[in-house]
Amino acid sequence: MEKFSGKVWVLGDDIDTDIIIPTEYLALKTVEDMTPYAFSPLRPELAAQIQKGDILVAGKNFGCGSSREQAPEIIKALGIQCVIAKSYARIFFRNAINNGLLLIENDQLRDAVCEGDMVTVTINAYIEHNDNQYPITSLPQNLVEIIEAGGLVKAMQKKNGVC
Amino acid sequence: MGETIIEKIVRNNVGRVVHPGDIVTVNVDRVMIHDIFIPFVAAKFEEMGFTKIWDTDKAVLIYDHLVPASQVDDTRHFREGNAFAAKYDMKHVHRSDGICHQLMTEAGYVKPGNIVFGTDSHTTTYGCVGAFSSGIGYTEMASILGTGTLWIRVPETIKIHITGKLPANVMAKDIILKLIGDLGADGATYKALEFTGDTIEQMSVASRMSMSNMAVEAGAKCALFAPDEKTAAYCEMTLTQKERELVGDTDAQYCQVLHYQAEDFVPVMACPSNVDKIKPVSELVGKEIDQVFIGSCTNGRLEDLMAAAEIVRGKHVAPFVKLIVTPASRKIYRQAIENGTMEVLTQAGAIVTHPSCGLCCGRTGGILTDHETVVATNNRNFLGRMGTSKVGIYLASPRTAAACAIAGKIVVPE
Repeated sequence: MEKFSGKVWVLGDDIDTDIIIPTEYLALKTVEDMTPYAFSPLRPELAAQIQKGDILVAGKNFGCGSSREQAPEIIKALGIQCVIAKSYARIFFRNAINNGLLLIENDQLRDAVCEGDMVTVTINAYIEHNDNQYPITSLPQNLVEIIEAGGLVKAMQKKNGVC
Repeated sequence: MGETIIEKIVRNNVGRVVHPGDIVTVNVDRVMIHDIFIPFVAAKFEEMGFTKIWDTDKAVLIYDHLVPASQVDDTRHFREGNAFAAKYDMKHVHRSDGICHQLMTEAGYVKPGNIVFGTDSHTTTYGCVGAFSSGIGYTEMASILGTGTLWIRVPETIKIHITGKLPANVMAKDIILKLIGDLGADGATYKALEFTGDTIEQMSVASRMSMSNMAVEAGAKCALFAPDEKTAAYCEMTLTQKERELVGDTDAQYCQVLHYQAEDFVPVMACPSNVDKIKPVSELVGKEIDQVFIGSCTNGRLEDLMAAAEIVRGKHVAPFVKLIVTPASRKIYRQAIENGTMEVLTQAGAIVTHPSCGLCCGRTGGILTDHETVVATNNRNFLGRMGTSKVGIYLASPRTAAACAIAGKIVVPE
């Protein structure tokens, strides 16, 4: 069973895609060009503070708003290992899975952690914080298949015989 | 057991009865890609190893967010879009005709019962003609272009029943804002909305569009109106038996049913900076404003511009207020010129811009700065959506927005 730990950054409810990456930066050429502006309307300093392996913890409806796939891509490019939120908006959820960004749904952790705390995730089992354990529900099989293929691009490459 | 509209649409598509929670692969009837995401769709499509679009008649490419270009690199999206369209023989490309969600039904690309996906969250709009339509990202769009299919989870349905006659100063926008406030910004996540009742039956397709457009602001996957004679007239078609059957059965299973009396609705606003922070306009009266925006795929249609014109006729916008009007399509722009609406709006001091997404996506046509306030008819008031993160955005109906422009502050429309 895969297990990893990370330092958490804590955000609130309804973190929308305009907060994750404002529209004015969407025409920059690459996702890497956009990452310095991640979360800038809410916390302009955050993108520079996030370090590889950190974990993002948020409230309900994370990723609501537009269909911009740069939102999960940027979170991944910042080095975030996984997002743990109370709930996710549906387009963001699909986009994250297709890009191999791990999302975990848990409605208790957000209100128990403080920024800078360490949490440990055991995939498909539970999250540990201080002395508490929070259970994780497992994903439907068709999503597991996309993740196991390494994302939707790789799944299609396999289908088309180009990898 | 009976079926909801979404269950019927999916059943017709996959050839067997489906239930909420089922994961099925659907055959896609039409897709829409807009200018912001075409370079990414094109790159993913080739990276995936596809060499042709599954059905070139079924893909529509629309330039709207970046039209006309406002930043130096924007035209790259048009060049890359044009190159992709030429290479893969795309039949339907709109380069300056209006906003994608307006054009998809206006130009006849979407019919009742269709399953449609677009690279934009407001793709839910086409539920106005009884189509199942929803937003996706560019990677999934690339895979649909290659395969013509997509997996979906059949959603539960929330039924919204509205009966009675709306007050004269209330528009469909006020209904959907009130509903988003009641459901919450995530109250319909992963679910379908289904609208019924005599108030809905009386409503124009344009008004239904305002509602299906904003359903995603409550998290909904889609928002459906049963196709009727108004739908048939709008789509310039005769409904088949199969299309007429796209109504929710009386014994269908709904996860939630909400009832509203039309007479109870009042003009409302979504206050900064959440779509579900809804207040009656009467509680906000007197707040000074800097700008008013009437436009977008939510409220840039002819009936919206006419409602605004009715309010401003013979009056003038307050001295320090800019009233920006953006028709949703060139067709609407021309109709508004022909029927005199543009004459009334411009006499009142409106700044009319080209049909496009414009200010709604915060890239052009009236960007604001710290501590300024805008009353806007579009669909999102998120932080930084129309300029800096300290701009206050109040979402309202065109009627309310126009009244505020004249008064220079928030007022309840007549």
